[in-house]
Amino acid sequence: MPSVSMVVNGRQVSGEVEGRTLLVEFLREQLRMTGTHVGCDTSQCGACVVHVNGESVKSCSIFAMAASGAEVATIEGVANADGTLSVLQQAFQDHHGLQCGFCTPGMVMSAADLLKINPNPSETEVREWLEGNICRCTGYHNIVKAILSAAATLRGEAVAAE
Amino acid sequence: MAKDEVSASAVGAPMKRREDVRFLTGKGSYTDDMNRPGQSYVVFLRSSVAHGVIRTLDVEAAKASEGVLAVYTHRDIEADGLGGVPCGWEITQSDGSKMVEPAHPILASGKVRHVGDPVVAVIAETKAQARDAAEKITLEIDALPAVVDMRSAETAGAAVHDEAPNNVCYDWDFGDKEKTEAGFAQAAHVTTLEFTNNRLIANAMEPRACIGEHDAAGDRYTLITTSQNPHVIRLLMGAFVLNIPEHRLRVLAPDVGGGFGSKIYHYAEEALVTWASKKVGRPVKWTADRSESFISDAHGRDHVTKAELAMDAEGKFLALRADTMANMGSYLSTFAPCVPTWLHATLLAGQYTTPAIHCRVRAMFTNTVPVDAYRGAGRPEATYLLERIINKAAAELGLDQAEIRRRNFIRPDQFPYETPVALTYDTGDYLATLARVMTMADYAGFEARRQEAAGRGKLRGLGLSCYIEACGIAPSSLVGALGARAGLYEAATVRVNPTGSVSVFTGSHSHGQGHETTFAQVVADQLGIPADSIEIVHGDTDRIAFGMGTYGSRSLAVGGSAIVGAIEKIVAKAKRIAAHLMEASVDDIVFEDGQFKVAGTDKAKAFAEVSLAAYVPHQYPIEELEPGLEETSFYDPKNFTYPAGSYLCEVEVDPDTGVIDIVGMWAADDFGKVINPMIVEGQVHGGLAQGLGQAFIEQCVYDANGQLPSGSYMDYAMPRADDLPSFAVETDLVGTPCTHNPLGVKGCGEAGAIGSPPALVNAVVDALKPYGVQHMDMPLTPQKVWTAIDAATPKMAAE
Repeated sequence: MPSVSMVVNGRQVSGEVEGRTLLVEFLREQLRMTGTHVGCDTSQCGACVVHVNGESVKSCSIFAMAASGAEVATIEGVANADGTLSVLQQAFQDHHGLQCGFCTPGMVMSAADLLKINPNPSETEVREWLEGNICRCTGYHNIVKAILSAAATLRGEAVAAE
Repeated sequence: MAKDEVSASAVGAPMKRREDVRFLTGKGSYTDDMNRPGQSYVVFLRSSVAHGVIRTLDVEAAKASEGVLAVYTHRDIEADGLGGVPCGWEITQSDGSKMVEPAHPILASGKVRHVGDPVVAVIAETKAQARDAAEKITLEIDALPAVVDMRSAETAGAAVHDEAPNNVCYDWDFGDKEKTEAGFAQAAHVTTLEFTNNRLIANAMEPRACIGEHDAAGDRYTLITTSQNPHVIRLLMGAFVLNIPEHRLRVLAPDVGGGFGSKIYHYAEEALVTWASKKVGRPVKWTADRSESFISDAHGRDHVTKAELAMDAEGKFLALRADTMANMGSYLSTFAPCVPTWLHATLLAGQYTTPAIHCRVRAMFTNTVPVDAYRGAGRPEATYLLERIINKAAAELGLDQAEIRRRNFIRPDQFPYETPVALTYDTGDYLATLARVMTMADYAGFEARRQEAAGRGKLRGLGLSCYIEACGIAPSSLVGALGARAGLYEAATVRVNPTGSVSVFTGSHSHGQGHETTFAQVVADQLGIPADSIEIVHGDTDRIAFGMGTYGSRSLAVGGSAIVGAIEKIVAKAKRIAAHLMEASVDDIVFEDGQFKVAGTDKAKAFAEVSLAAYVPHQYPIEELEPGLEETSFYDPKNFTYPAGSYLCEVEVDPDTGVIDIVGMWAADDFGKVINPMIVEGQVHGGLAQGLGQAFIEQCVYDANGQLPSGSYMDYAMPRADDLPSFAVETDLVGTPCTHNPLGVKGCGEAGAIGSPPALVNAVVDALKPYGVQHMDMPLTPQKVWTAIDAATPKMAAE
């Protein structure tokens, strides 16, 4: 089997994969990084979103080989260096933006990419951005609130209490 | 404890969820995240046709395929004498006979009955190898005519099961038929509504998965599974399928990524991996692909109903009659038979004083995936029936949709209220929730908004829905009389550890509901200790005495009440220990703020001092009092709980495209006492999204051959963020606490999904009033809406 190497959350990793091995399978099965989830088989649900070279990508839609040499970031690498939650993660907790938690890693990774591209999104822009991330628990209401709140915090604005 | 600690975890405070940190950092532990040493993988070859006889099944090439450990068919299951998948509820038909209950084999035996029916299990070193091997199986099926549309199932000329030649599982009725007919005889006006309640797929984001493992040394099995009720799986699978006694079978349901009903049931895959783990001597893991979930998870709803409402000239309800056909699918799933009957017909009084009700239900077998309880289960169907026919009646009588309801509400002074369909509502205030939601939505200002929208060429509509549900399932003797094969109480053990921390073992199971937080709030409140020193343990049959699990909005009302029962025993015993320590009479001990005090003195012992004395005492009256501080309690609810509320939905329809824009969704719910309002509102949000999804986009579609075109997220319309509005939800303004459980709580998990579908449909029908539209079946897709507008337009032009 061919070998593949990449940088995941700042760590150099390598492994043997089949040509058909997906990036998400490489992360979950070989690296045992199970924070990235698989919720569908048609690249619709977004539970598997990671960043590849700084952009959000559904890791079920790319072969591990195709990520060879790439910088990959996953949910496991999002928290602050001291282990506390990042601003975005904290906003999800503060606003009850998750219930069962299964879609959450993909939501956080997707939202992080949005806030990088658009630090001041409107509610409509957040909702449209999340079109590729399905949540069955929250009705999105609190996810949207969390992302808008995190955006305000990251812009340095005071956020009104709940 | 410090004051801010108390306020953060106090009952009624929006305490942040303690489970969130692991989920937000990728440290959740879902079944597919787990891997057991030496684990192998199973892939199922499933039927690609809806109905047929297996002519050829050749698995030799698969057995020889690389990495394959075993290939199993029904023959292997039969050789080991395994049972089929059991059903947990038996319905007695109107003629006194029992429902038809066909066998449900683990792997198809001779015949396949739905697309997705598992036929062969292939176990290999890797999932890819198992999949490759499954490709090498020769499976030839002689197709039989598929029974797909239940409306014609009786005369389809094909039988899903030989024992039900007309495809009728049961023909059942409930209520007072004669009294109902008498009500219709007196009626000044009768409104009739025929409708379908569309078939849905639960689609929890985590696909089902399970791992079976056999420990040969102790002949002990472990099943890790995506379940809402691990003890029920242990009972059903151990006793009825695999013949494994409880002490040799552990069932774990770790972090579970949503359920909504679909993970209540015992599924064939769970039995297969458990059984096969011993056969192959290796752990066996199965994880569904989403495509596989679509054709193997139990589906929901799927009713066809004709309803009639008899009224006097003032719109006062005199009688209600309903005739429903309910799809059971190809086999009877665990709770399926009770959903259209006892969870549906009994709710047909709604919030109203209708004196006579009669409901007939025919349950049909079809060549489709089994149908079972999905968020709300029977109660959304009942609510949709009532709330739609009431709006149609209001339109026919020229009454305001709120006014017709007010004229018929059960009034606050009428509780406890006995309905004509067997339930006794303990408490409620329907006028209050209605008034509240009308204020929230600025009901009075709607006509101005309608006109403003009309100026922009848009059609605005406002739809009301007033739901009630029966939760907290269920009083065991009652459900036993109704056909449940098990009582439905809940169990909890509270263990006070020696240094005063507390472990709570609950039979409820959290798969998104936040029990680890809410239950800790309850215990912290009752014991006066910080929530941080309390752990909530769930989902493990080895650690938890017993449980019936989480569904039917029962966790806090039933599981929480069991916890309270255990705490009461703990406090009673701790008081005796404290009395001994302080040389006082037990009658003089009071327990407050986490301290045991001798009344009228300054003597006190902290909670942790008493707990330490319970475990490692030097001087102890062991003759009178056993050491240790751990108690178990079983709680059997005395009645159902009856959460209720009023919902308003406002839509704007684009007449050129038929696209519906949901511009407002307001919910005023009465859940009784609320422990954590943040979590409760979140439950309502999720329910609303699912209910609105049913009403305007979701539809499980089978074609005439029994194929499932809506078998992926490309084809089944899951609500996305940009389909939905922000919601306005108020849950704590009009509470009437439940009168018969110690927490006063009613349950909130299903309300949103129950109340919102008729609100949206009522709103759209209201918007299309100028076109003479009286009803449209869900989902209200743009095509359906546009077609209705288009069909009415020439007529309008002619007028």
